[in-house]
Amino acid sequence: MNELKRTPLYEIHRSLNAKLVDFGGWEMPIQYPSGIIAEHLAVRTGVGLFDVSHMGEFNVKGKGAYEFIDGIVPSNLAKIANNQAMYSALLNEKGTFIDDLLIYRYSQDHFLLVVNASNIEKDFLWLTSQLKSNDVELTNISSETGLLAIQGPKTVEILSPVIKHDLKQIPYYHFLPTQLAGVDILLSRTGYTGEDGFEIYCPSSSCEDLWTYLSNLSPIVKPAGLGARNTLRLEARMSLYGHEIDDSTNPFEAGLKWIIDMDKPQFMGKQALVEIASKPLSSKLVGFKTLEKRDIPRDGMIIYSSDGPVGRVTSAGPSPTTKENIGLAYVPLLLSSIGSRLEIDIRGRRAPIELVKVPFYQRKRS
Amino acid sequence: MSYPPNLKYTKDHEWIQMDDAQSLIGITQYAQEALGDVVFVDLPEVGSTFKSGGVFGTVESVKTVSDLFSPIDLEVTEVNAELKDHPEWVNEDPYGKAWMIKVKPLSSGTDLMSAAEYEKLIASESH
Repeated sequence: MNELKRTPLYEIHRSLNAKLVDFGGWEMPIQYPSGIIAEHLAVRTGVGLFDVSHMGEFNVKGKGAYEFIDGIVPSNLAKIANNQAMYSALLNEKGTFIDDLLIYRYSQDHFLLVVNASNIEKDFLWLTSQLKSNDVELTNISSETGLLAIQGPKTVEILSPVIKHDLKQIPYYHFLPTQLAGVDILLSRTGYTGEDGFEIYCPSSSCEDLWTYLSNLSPIVKPAGLGARNTLRLEARMSLYGHEIDDSTNPFEAGLKWIIDMDKPQFMGKQALVEIASKPLSSKLVGFKTLEKRDIPRDGMIIYSSDGPVGRVTSAGPSPTTKENIGLAYVPLLLSSIGSRLEIDIRGRRAPIELVKVPFYQRKRS
Repeated sequence: MSYPPNLKYTKDHEWIQMDDAQSLIGITQYAQEALGDVVFVDLPEVGSTFKSGGVFGTVESVKTVSDLFSPIDLEVTEVNAELKDHPEWVNEDPYGKAWMIKVKPLSSGTDLMSAAEYEKLIASESH
């Protein structure tokens, strides 16, 4: 087995007595002693601080930067202005996912791409293979880039006094290069929790200082691990690569049609998507809940109709916010309407499920 | 005390308070820490019997699910019904409020461990 990779915050996690696990080749905190439920609720009601430095960052610079990215991703890159970000995907020729990613636009000739940790090498090789001109410089800056996520309804209150910019200047999916505790950062109003909050890109060498600084701003700032990150994003119905999306799923069935602009003259996978869009979808990602407290669905379980197996669970578990047992699953389009009753196989026992509206949790916007 | 000396332990991380008339069974400190936040404990019917090593229930946490294995041959005489509303007791008080079943022993546990032996086992497992 390869040695696990560590983020710059490894020693801090150890000192906080985090439970460290192998997460896609990274030794990451799944939870701190407070536990997943407490960390989850801290993010829903106060502020949670996450280390997500394992994520990958690529710089795309040069006169051809815009055309390069716009020629690859299915989204219309013209939709974002400078200091704005968008969620998109890397698709292959089959129209299925190589990865999902965030695209940050500094300017027409400078972008930052943020990809999943487990896909860094794959994505970088693939993007490099797509380079056709010399006027684009693609650099993998993952190892020198740290990433903290500070998430929760009280984040603005905590962060406002220590950021010289007015945080109102940074609406959702916008960002600003600024400073925090004397360190140059990229402050981005994005996240993976369904709450208001920011993601803070910083030099790896400053990660520890910034974590400590943010933790000390207020006792309501709680460290939160990847366990809570997963339950939070599931409630918010956000996709996780390897679960809802992978190289066998396309954006239509994954409920990500909104990232595709079919009017674009070309992008990677367009031909396949035109073909897919011309026919009814075979399956669709839906949200469901079980009806009994004891019936706890888990990733990979099989969904049944009266005719036999019809689908599979991509992510599931108990929801700390709603206290229900929830999940996402691919089921045939004909069985995918809200309110439908199906069954799930829980370790050899059949339990009823009901398809429900997603997201399972939506914050109140102020 | 993480592993009370008056209890016996299994390699599956259950504890049993042995008594010829009525024994008490639950999961250990190590088990509850490994599971994380417990959200549901599925327990058997009173009167059911299990062979040593048989699955008498399951415990579900936010992250995962784990079977509960009988430390001895037994008949269930009482289950802790309060765990239905307070699964978090398993994390808070695994040897006390979170006992899981009371049983009539139908065999003596031959491969049960003392607290010291069990501590040695988990020290070796956490490497």
